[in-house]
Amino acid sequence: MLNFLTYLVNGISLGSIYAIIALGYTMVYGIAKMLNFAHGDVIMIGSYLIYTFMVTGGVNPLLSVLLAMVCCTVLGIVTEKVAYKPLRGASSSLAVLITAIGVSYLLQNLALLIFTANPKSFSPVITWEGISLFDGELRIQGVTIVTIITSLIVLVCLQLFINRTRQGQAMIAVSEDKGAAALMGINVNNTISLTFAIGSGLAAVAGALLCSAYPNLTPYTGAMPGIKAFVAAVLGGIGSIPGAMIGGLTLGVIESLSKRYISTQLADAIVFSILIIVLLVRPTGLLGKKIQEKV
Amino acid sequence: MKKKLMSVLLAAALVSSVLAGCGGAAPQASSEASASEESSGQAAFKIGGIGPTTGAAAIYGSDVRDAITIAVDEINAAGGINGYPIEYKFEDDEHNAEKAINAYNTLKDWGMQLLVGTVTSAPCIAVSEKTKEDNMFQLTPSGTAVNCVQYDNAFRVCFSDPNQGSASADYIAGNASLKDKKIAIIYDSSTEYSTGIHDSFVAKAGELSLDIVSDTSFTTDSATDFSVQLQTAKDAAAELLFLPIYYTEASLILQQADGMGYAPVFFGVDGMDGILGVENFDTSLAEGVYLLTPFSATADDELTVNFVKKFNDMTGHIPNQFGADAYDALYAIKAVAEAQNVTPDMSVSDICEAMKKGMVEIELTGVLTSPAAITWTAAGEPNKDPRAVIIENSEYVLAE
Amino acid sequence: MMKMTKQTRRDLITYGIVIVFYIVMQLLDLAGILSFHVKGLLVPLCYYAIAAVALNLVVGILGDLSLGHAGFMCIGAFSSSLFSVTLKDSGFPAGLRFFLALLIGTFFAALFGFLIGIPVLRLNGDYLAIVTLAFGEIIKNILAAVYFGYDEEGLHIAFKSFPLQGEGKMLINGAMGIQGTPTDSTFTIAVVILLLALFIVQNIVRSRTGRAIMSIRDNRIAAEAVGIQITKYKMTAFTISAAIAGTAGVLFSHNTTTLTATSTYFGYNVSILILVYVVLGGIGNIRGSVIATAILYILPEMLRGLSNYRMLIYAIVLIIIMLINWAPAAITFREKYGISAYLARRKENRTPVSDMGSGKGGS
Repeated sequence: MLNFLTYLVNGISLGSIYAIIALGYTMVYGIAKMLNFAHGDVIMIGSYLIYTFMVTGGVNPLLSVLLAMVCCTVLGIVTEKVAYKPLRGASSSLAVLITAIGVSYLLQNLALLIFTANPKSFSPVITWEGISLFDGELRIQGVTIVTIITSLIVLVCLQLFINRTRQGQAMIAVSEDKGAAALMGINVNNTISLTFAIGSGLAAVAGALLCSAYPNLTPYTGAMPGIKAFVAAVLGGIGSIPGAMIGGLTLGVIESLSKRYISTQLADAIVFSILIIVLLVRPTGLLGKKIQEKV
Repeated sequence: MKKKLMSVLLAAALVSSVLAGCGGAAPQASSEASASEESSGQAAFKIGGIGPTTGAAAIYGSDVRDAITIAVDEINAAGGINGYPIEYKFEDDEHNAEKAINAYNTLKDWGMQLLVGTVTSAPCIAVSEKTKEDNMFQLTPSGTAVNCVQYDNAFRVCFSDPNQGSASADYIAGNASLKDKKIAIIYDSSTEYSTGIHDSFVAKAGELSLDIVSDTSFTTDSATDFSVQLQTAKDAAAELLFLPIYYTEASLILQQADGMGYAPVFFGVDGMDGILGVENFDTSLAEGVYLLTPFSATADDELTVNFVKKFNDMTGHIPNQFGADAYDALYAIKAVAEAQNVTPDMSVSDICEAMKKGMVEIELTGVLTSPAAITWTAAGEPNKDPRAVIIENSEYVLAE
Repeated sequence: MMKMTKQTRRDLITYGIVIVFYIVMQLLDLAGILSFHVKGLLVPLCYYAIAAVALNLVVGILGDLSLGHAGFMCIGAFSSSLFSVTLKDSGFPAGLRFFLALLIGTFFAALFGFLIGIPVLRLNGDYLAIVTLAFGEIIKNILAAVYFGYDEEGLHIAFKSFPLQGEGKMLINGAMGIQGTPTDSTFTIAVVILLLALFIVQNIVRSRTGRAIMSIRDNRIAAEAVGIQITKYKMTAFTISAAIAGTAGVLFSHNTTTLTATSTYFGYNVSILILVYVVLGGIGNIRGSVIATAILYILPEMLRGLSNYRMLIYAIVLIIIMLINWAPAAITFREKYGISAYLARRKENRTPVSDMGSGKGGS
């Protein structure tokens, strides 16, 4: 039993990382209806920035994260204005998906040139050891607890922001119907820019937590967690903020348990199979809205 | 209308790009046709290199590229090979066999006479088919898979995968303090390098009746979280963790094992080399790690000190075995070419024949084995002993 | 057919472009001015173009986003390589062997396309995309872990390496994949298959089936209401697309001797790369897919001179091309001042001639 709990905790710590990345993913998807394939790479850039401030510049960890959040927010707004906004209203939504892939290549190769391919070992932002239960038999790492708490705080803040503020209401309006929102006097472009700003700011936080848990930083660090978080967001119901949280945790736990009890070699295949099964039973994910098709 | 215009636009771009390709290639191709006359005019050895300098394996390719640059500059400064300077060009293959062949063809257009590469195994095997066809001499610094040197024109500087796996098992069985330990393995089941070593280690460990209690893997796509694999090893009470993987993942494993309070003896192979060079890595975690490595960057012989200093000045980090392999590869070529009186005006095929003949006759003292020497077999394998080192006070120390 | 329709003429132009490209390349090769580099690019160019044509059938004609086509290439590549490697040293004629390999790869990809299509096509939009991505990753993951070989005791298959008893051969060696596939793919065969793929897809588009498929894309509910069997037509398009992607996989695996099921060749990023070709060439525009593949495959190769900046420039060029081709503002600008606007104005001035023009094409 204790043995099982250990793997469950491992799964939750992995899942909490997926969850916080998935929050940024789902936020952008929910409002801009766009799969932002570059999200993982914004996380990578955020991590490099934190690394540079903290290790090279000697800045306090928390301040480094804040600075990185500011930089990533700017990066998010700039990429949105340059690469995504001109394609709003294009005849296919795939166009912006492809530019997002272009941005992803761009960020990876930019990081490769600036920071080189040599891996950097990230200094944990969270230095707390965590807690031990059952005479040290079960350890929960500090970064796991902080990640879960941060994800919850982000979740609550996002929900409050969206449901209680004018800007948040504007976001809902834009996600429901851009045209109608514009007619109601909402500045659609600014609202979408704001979404990207928040999503990218969150990416810096996710980067800090990702690299505290898995302290290995290369230009490709963000790519795989990014795609896994995308899977998590879909599993939870893409566009749904609590869904991202639940999807992330579920994915982490499934991955951990299938590695332990089925096969480490085939863990990826198992995770994806479960995703398929969930989507076949609930075609819009765990918490996704059922879309009524209109004639 | 829009689509039509786009096709016109794209077609125009296509025509121009193809023309650019042909235009750029035309003089090169003609120089290839009359290779002997032209190259005697230039009178330089054209050595090409191939490896990943972008993509997830970029670190290995860029280290090889930089180490070759250092060796080429040194050799040229000292008067070249047989009095002829070396011209050197390195092409990116993104760790992709298809791109590696494109890179090889680009280098052939450039007039390459000798190939140092490719850096990674699968592309190396694919390129070796092409060098075989062209009878071009190929010396891979770090292509470890068995088939990398299946043809007689291909040699390697590094160990082969099975060699490392069985050597590791031999070493553990022969070490009094390690042989009775319960062994766990974590390997990368999605790379040929790691599975190759793993399979031969398991086979040899069976013969030597070593006690493997846990055998888990990961894939490149899930190479960040090792908590389950480590926990499984811990639950099986494994006291020795065999890690036939690269140091980037190994550094994460060390950190995560530390985080969960698990401290077995870690045992790595040549891929582990470089772990002390990871920027900002807490090297105290690597204390007591065993690794079978051909190269020690902290060795104090003149050759190594010189190479490590130059490499560090150039790239800002300490070279690992990839760089060292490549550096020695260049000196091996120099030694053989001088012994066989190879000159740049010879045809690619003649150079290859001379190099093949000379390769098995030389004894090279390079940074890898200094002060001992490496020799090569006709099968393309280096004769050198893997040295077991142990990390003490953030330095490699020769283990018993 | 006395008078050729505009569509038929468009189709013929597409074949024409491919054939002219083939002839030009052959002539340049005969003249000895084709570099090794360009020569080596021709076969990969063809199989990616074939894969792009296949994907366009799903994305452009059927209107569903698939991110798993690399998985079908993987199936085609592995099944055909397995066949070719087994028969390589048996004295079986090479031409027939490759022909059978092509059929086998295509068949297995079609089979998997059909099986995967059953559950997948019930979903819509981005959920369908992620499920195809998932299937692609599962195929890759399983093929990278499987060991398959024969010895004196018969065939063995396992997820762990095993020793062979006596005479035998490891056919699929886990992560090391299949070694020693004969390099049968040639530019001529690849072009023939590309033409065949174009022929099949373009004819589907022009057929009754194609119109049914496109009606599903444009309005599923309306299509259902007029009695079109949604599932049947979706499955048809998806299976044919998978089959063609599988053929591309056969060309892929018979172009190099090593075949491994790694992300580099068959991961979701490869599926996305093919999608980039499709979108850039124009969604639903079959000819565009071929041309866009040619440009985007050759571009990073032509940028080799830039060494370190190569992929960076490639990324920037990709973004810029996308903006120019797709941004509504850019399209308006082109419609006002672009070449085709100019041509259209000229055409307007000489309306009666244009009719004769198309008549001439038909005679």
